[in-house]
Amino acid sequence: MTQVLLFNITNGLIIGAFYVLMALGLSLILNLSNVINFAHGGFLVLGGYIAYAISPSVGFWGGLLIAPPLTALIGLLVERVLIRPLYGRDPLYSLLLTFGLAFILEDSTRFIWGAQGKPVTIPPMLAQPLSYEFFFITGYRLFMVAVVVVTVALLFVLLRYTRLGIRIRAGTLDLETVSALGTNVRALRSLNFAVGIFLAGLSGVLAAGQLGLEPTMGTGLLMPSFIAIIVGGVGSLPGTLLGGLLIGVASGITAVFFPSASEAVMYVLMAVVLLIRPRGLLGEEGMMT
Amino acid sequence: MLGAIWAALLLAPYWMPPLGGYTALGTRVLVLGLAAMSVNFLLGFTGVLSFGHAAYFGLGAYGAGLTLKFLAGSTPLSLLCGTLLGGLAGALLGALIVRRRGVYFAMVTIAFGQVFYYIAFQWSSLTGGDDGLRGFARQPLGFGSLSIDILGNETYFYYFVLICFALAVGLMAFVLSSPFGRTLIAIRENERRARFLGIPVERHIWIAFTLSCFFMGFAGALYALTNNFADPRGLHYSQSGDFVMMAVMGGMRTFWGPLLGATVFVVLQDYLSSVTVNWMSFVGLLFVLVVLFFPRGLLGFIRRGKAA
Repeated sequence: MTQVLLFNITNGLIIGAFYVLMALGLSLILNLSNVINFAHGGFLVLGGYIAYAISPSVGFWGGLLIAPPLTALIGLLVERVLIRPLYGRDPLYSLLLTFGLAFILEDSTRFIWGAQGKPVTIPPMLAQPLSYEFFFITGYRLFMVAVVVVTVALLFVLLRYTRLGIRIRAGTLDLETVSALGTNVRALRSLNFAVGIFLAGLSGVLAAGQLGLEPTMGTGLLMPSFIAIIVGGVGSLPGTLLGGLLIGVASGITAVFFPSASEAVMYVLMAVVLLIRPRGLLGEEGMMT
Repeated sequence: MLGAIWAALLLAPYWMPPLGGYTALGTRVLVLGLAAMSVNFLLGFTGVLSFGHAAYFGLGAYGAGLTLKFLAGSTPLSLLCGTLLGGLAGALLGALIVRRRGVYFAMVTIAFGQVFYYIAFQWSSLTGGDDGLRGFARQPLGFGSLSIDILGNETYFYYFVLICFALAVGLMAFVLSSPFGRTLIAIRENERRARFLGIPVERHIWIAFTLSCFFMGFAGALYALTNNFADPRGLHYSQSGDFVMMAVMGGMRTFWGPLLGATVFVVLQDYLSSVTVNWMSFVGLLFVLVVLFFPRGLLGFIRRGKAA
């Protein structure tokens, strides 16, 4: 029993780490640009497929390094051409646009790489379980968590100590003042969007190693990220971090006792949080409400 | 204008087939148009962006379907149950979320909407799960000794749906022209000012949300009767996106815009899915183009052209 419980908690943490990576990207874009990026799942899938496409020549490690920046580049282009004209208009429009974009991205990946799922090979050194007693802790899972931890740490360093990060955080609070103080808000939003999409691409590459690739996998991962943001509190990145881990672990534990409800528990958690603390766990009242 | 719309709707079974349409397509347009108008009741006239309204549409569909399958073979009863199920669920969840605004509101409505999708998907013993709810059919209408066969005759059914549509739309127009409806528009235009005037904004938004969910449940129940089938995908947020799109494409500041949007959307989807497997890309492209170039929608565009 302990073994099973431990297995599922670990599982939950790993899945939670994953939601965190994805939700942080969504949250960054939402906070600064007030855009709910429905196409986030599409970019995730794109990142995974790009890594898959280039891995024959650059290998798994090359794919891990190259695919996320490439995805971010595509994101930058999309932001520049499609999303920039919508800033300052009702958030409804960017929502509908990214919603349509998600359709286009999913359909394009299906068109290019086929509807059949693709298996992804990971380096043998990562494929082995680390111990026989805890067979479920494979090298790859540990590696995934390590990458997420490093990425999140880097992101928080970026936001805390660099000029770009400080401006992003300031812009989240009051974009107009930041603009008046001489920051190029357009460039700031573009960079911020690219960082968000980079995170989506990275999640895609990591997910591909664990789950394989399918054109529809993005849609399934989008909703947990939404819930992570709502539970943690819209406008708060640490909240998103907490929310993602929380729903991951909660669904992991539920999987032990009541497997069919393991996804439903996320929604229950969200309803409870909204009832008791409508702003979310770490959200501040008055922001983005 | 009003006369032209009703004339076109009344005569649809006669002018559609020569143009390459079929009566069932007209029925679909009416039902989805009603749903888009219900979304727009909230979006266009109260200024509240709900992106999870398909949930109440789907609840209406399942409510009607389950009634016909397990309770009684009565078409009016199934409509009533579907409407109640959608509306009451909306009232309950609406109370939880009316304090949120803007994108936050949109996100919460999406997430809650997915709860119902999830339930319909998982509870296979009741709902049929992924395969959808089957094994029920709309029943002929009986008035004493007179019985109208709306099951076998598509044209009769079209007129039945048209009567339901007219009742719902009439009620919607009545609410919107009442002092309550005017207040909703005031909230849309300037929420802060409305609040300073002493209007209980949250309560108004909650009532508007609930009413729109009742309309949505009614449309969903009609949809289940149209197809004799209820599908979990009818509850999914991508269906909500379609409804919002219909409203925006037709013109969300106009009363009839969403019906026009639904007409274009349904006909286009029907056509595209018959000619290409990549219809998803085309629908996606339509979203992008409408948002970038026709944000006021077709009716809004025509009206501005007239004014200029």
